[in-house]
Amino acid sequence: MNEMSKIVRTVANFVYGFIIIFGFYIIVHGHLTPGGGFQGGAVAASAFALILVSYGTINSQKFLKKDILSLFESFGLTLFILLAFSGLGITFFYNFLANSGNWFGNTAVIGINPGDMNTGGLIPLMNIAVGLEVLSALGVIVLIMAKAAEFTKKKENS
Amino acid sequence: MKKIIFAIAFLIFFSFLMFSAINMRSFGDPVISEMDDYFIENAQKETGSNNVVTSIVFDYRGFDTLGEATVLFTAVVGIVALFRGVK
Repeated sequence: MNEMSKIVRTVANFVYGFIIIFGFYIIVHGHLTPGGGFQGGAVAASAFALILVSYGTINSQKFLKKDILSLFESFGLTLFILLAFSGLGITFFYNFLANSGNWFGNTAVIGINPGDMNTGGLIPLMNIAVGLEVLSALGVIVLIMAKAAEFTKKKENS
Repeated sequence: MKKIIFAIAFLIFFSFLMFSAINMRSFGDPVISEMDDYFIENAQKETGSNNVVTSIVFDYRGFDTLGEATVLFTAVVGIVALFRGVK
C-alpha cells in the first residue's frame, strides 16, 4: 500500500489516539457495560489498520513493530491461562476474587445500578488479558498481510 | 436442466424456511428456561459483575472463551507460518 495524502495522514494522527482509548475503555469496562475483551480488542486493532492504510506499508513499520505485537499476543494468552489456573484450589476457572473484599472484590449491588469498577473478581483481569491478545493478534494479521502484498507486488514486477 | 433442479431445490428449502419461521414461538418465550432463570437470578450475586453476558462468557463458560482465544492464536500462528519468507 502506498502512502496517502497529507490530509488523510493528519486526520489519522488526530483520530488514532481516540480509537485506541475507546478500545481500552471497552476492554476495561467489560464487566459493567456491553462489550469486553474481544470487542474492545477489535476496536483497538482497527486503529492499527488506519495507520497502515494512511501511512503505507513501509512507513508504518516505524510505528508498528510486528515482533512486539507478537510478544504481547503470547503474553495475553498465557496470562489468561494462568488466571484460569489460579482458581485451581477449587476448580479450573473458579472466580476466587469475587466478593472477597480484596482486589476487584466488592460485592455488587443486586438489581439495576450504575456499577462499581472494583467488582467482578477475575473477570476484569481476564478481560484485559483477552483484550491484549485480540488486539495484538489482529494487528499481527493486518501487518503481515500488508507486508506480504508488498512482497508479492515487488516479485511480480521484477 | 441444472437450473431447473436448482430452482426446485431452492423452492423446497425456501418453503421449509418460511414454514418454520411462521411457526416459530414468540421472542423471549423459551420452552425450557431453568438455566436462564438461574443466570438472571444468581449471576450478579455470585460473580459480582453487573454484565451478565460477561459473567457467563468469562466465568460460567470460561472453557469456551479459552477455546476462542486459542483459535485466534492458532490462526495467527498459521498466517505467520504461511508468510514466513516475507521480509
